[in-house]
Amino acid sequence: MKKFILVIIMFVAFTACDDKDPVPALDTQKEVLVQYSKLVYANYDDAVETAIAMTQAIETFVGNPSEVTLLAAKNAWLVARNPYGQSEAFRFYGGPIDDENGPEGLINGWPLDESYIDYVVGNTKSGIINDPTSFPKIDKQTLINANENGGETNLSTGYHAIEFLLWGQDFNENGPGERPFTDYSITQNATRRAEYLKVVTNLLVDNLTEVRDAWETGSVYSTSFINGGEVSLANVLRGIGALSKGELAGERMTVALENRDQEDEHSCFSDNTQSDIQMNFIGIENVYKGTYTSSKGIVTSGYSLSDLVALANASKNKTVLDLLSQTSLNIEKIPVPFDVALRAGDPSKNIENTIISLRKLSDAIVDAGLAIGIQVNAKLD
Amino acid sequence: MSRSIHFYLFLVVLLFLSACQPKDSLNPVGQYEVNEEFSGGSLTTFDFGENAFGHSAPDLNFEQENAFVVGNSFFRSNWTTAPASASARDGLGPIFNSSSCGACHPKDGRSAPPSSFGEPLNGLLIRLSGANGKPDPIYGGQLQDKAILGKKPEAKVGVRYLEISGTYTDGTKYSLRKPSYHFSEWAYGNIENGFLFSPRVGNQLAGVGLLEAIDESSILANADINDYDNDGISGKPNYVLDELRKNIVLGRFGWKSNQPNLLQQTAGAFNGDIGITSSVFMKDHTTSFQTDLKDVPNGGEPEISDKNLNDVVFYLQTLSVPARREFRNLNVLKGKLLFCKIQCASCHIPSFKTGSFHDIETLRNQTIRPYTDLLLHDMGEELADNRPDFEADGKEWRTTPLWGVGMIKTVNGHTFLLHDGRARNIEEAILWHGGEAERSKQSFMDLSKVDRDNLFKFLESL
Repeated sequence: MKKFILVIIMFVAFTACDDKDPVPALDTQKEVLVQYSKLVYANYDDAVETAIAMTQAIETFVGNPSEVTLLAAKNAWLVARNPYGQSEAFRFYGGPIDDENGPEGLINGWPLDESYIDYVVGNTKSGIINDPTSFPKIDKQTLINANENGGETNLSTGYHAIEFLLWGQDFNENGPGERPFTDYSITQNATRRAEYLKVVTNLLVDNLTEVRDAWETGSVYSTSFINGGEVSLANVLRGIGALSKGELAGERMTVALENRDQEDEHSCFSDNTQSDIQMNFIGIENVYKGTYTSSKGIVTSGYSLSDLVALANASKNKTVLDLLSQTSLNIEKIPVPFDVALRAGDPSKNIENTIISLRKLSDAIVDAGLAIGIQVNAKLD
Repeated sequence: MSRSIHFYLFLVVLLFLSACQPKDSLNPVGQYEVNEEFSGGSLTTFDFGENAFGHSAPDLNFEQENAFVVGNSFFRSNWTTAPASASARDGLGPIFNSSSCGACHPKDGRSAPPSSFGEPLNGLLIRLSGANGKPDPIYGGQLQDKAILGKKPEAKVGVRYLEISGTYTDGTKYSLRKPSYHFSEWAYGNIENGFLFSPRVGNQLAGVGLLEAIDESSILANADINDYDNDGISGKPNYVLDELRKNIVLGRFGWKSNQPNLLQQTAGAFNGDIGITSSVFMKDHTTSFQTDLKDVPNGGEPEISDKNLNDVVFYLQTLSVPARREFRNLNVLKGKLLFCKIQCASCHIPSFKTGSFHDIETLRNQTIRPYTDLLLHDMGEELADNRPDFEADGKEWRTTPLWGVGMIKTVNGHTFLLHDGRARNIEEAILWHGGEAERSKQSFMDLSKVDRDNLFKFLESL
């Protein structure tokens, strides 16, 4: 009899210890997706609004080129970069930003083909701007057509084109590019340059608006996304997993570090890369914790991935949260500007430590996904 | 006691059964081989989405991860006109075929040819030579159809297709499309009369490191130039120039096996396709007749550093292969048996074991299933480009590795196959086989529709 009871107890013990993490109830899954969609919309909306403000600052600048108006335009660009950097957490799963027709390349293409746009050191006559014969008119369609160039990706529109037009090439070890404001008043083809700048900025607003609207509550995409269950959840994880490991740790930081090349950084004209890195990271944190704070301080928050994971496996949730904190600290320690840290060879290993914690973060995110029954392949790419 | 006898009996039976033996004559099904789904050995990935070709080998250490990431970056990223602020990535052209490796090998997969006349080339390039087989004096060995702003591309290329219809033995009709090429606007003078050309699409790259790790002796073991075994198949090795050592070595990469290793293939592609110089090929590929292209600013000497070039090569070397899908499915196994029975496997040899010589440890001693012998075969008149390439003649092509062929649709959104992308799917690719493959092709055409469909299912599982 004792043996029998022991067997029963053991049997119960074994069946009770289910080592498969439970898949959360369908309505909590959906709640996460609903909140995520609202967060995404709020983020892209912020990007649109700050891009519109940038358009206005640029209109003011080209209407009255001066040190002061140029500085205002540059500041408007820097402000507009913050929401966009955070929104890169929504890439990598073929959503509206980067499906087949997605405008990601038009918006944030890098590296820029400077000679294709304007004069460069060593060739004062290069670029569309300085070629009125081949490009008599500068408008949206001209730029779109020119960018096609036999199916090539776009290297002459987007944030970095605007950046190039405001700051100019950066051959300056101790600071960013120093394009004179007179490029828009006295320098040859000033009017065309102004036109190019305005057109490219308006094109950016169009592209951002298109992506934002795809996420509006009730739109075709957002409705199917919210009802996409595990597929959508996997996409949410894929976005932040891939941004953390492949894009941020990898493409943006490892490559720059390995090359020690001062200007192999994404915001090479303005030297704004440390901020780019920080914004990308905050984007990852936003998605995991379910909160977005706009440039104007408006908060959008709700039921999050963290809540969902915590329900299923508190320990895995804690791992992610800890890595988020650690990464945040590491990023804060990276000296500004980024290119000077690169040139110095990262002596205190701040960049390297950040890379390591971002890779670990990505792995922890994938692991947290398993806790809620989702398998994600967030690879190094 | 009886259990161990059963076990030994099982081993004995296993020994005598190969993948190709029918289970019994009433139920002809190919055998599942243990671990055959691991097409890349330990470099096998189970991601069957659009990034299936882009995963690295597992367990890379920190430095190797960095090299993979940097290599990936320089592989995907666009090269820009010099001089640019991001100077590690400038030096494009002045004439080129694409501005990045990734443009012709999208997501490490296969590119598509133009579908209609006038559509620009976006993944297809054209090799050139004079009638004597040597590079054309003005245009060299390859046609670059794009140029940086302000410079002229070498020529314009248009592709037209002619439909050719045929019938299977069972009466089913099929249609193939044969491409023809139209060249115009030669910008640097007339190309010589009777020039030869060879159109080539960018091939998928999953597993190329594993192919590099196969011993030469293993490849040569399958060569049979004079068809001594009288099976109609005469695989021939291509012997090509090793640019670094300046000697003649076995080729194994490229549509005609004209490249000996990944370093040279990559450096050659950087130079010829993008216009980027490296320490392997320090001169830009323009000729002395193209005077307008002489004084273009370059992106440094060389334009890609040794470190970045080596990282790109490392990236390629450590790419994994997607695992087999549906590998136990009965119809797939039936298709596998047919693949052997009609002798596809004579050239598309199912497996190899890599050698123990490769610098990268994880590539050594792997059992891999690339479905190629890496040798040249005469594929008949219809597929010929009539342009020799080292020892490959105008009708010879390297057996294309079939691993990953079933994933091209998911990765690249199309199913265009063969060297010029003429085949719109696997079926058409098979129907184009001729020359040494004529017999197998006829056997294929004699199959019932059910059998043909099973063969396709097997191929799509690769």
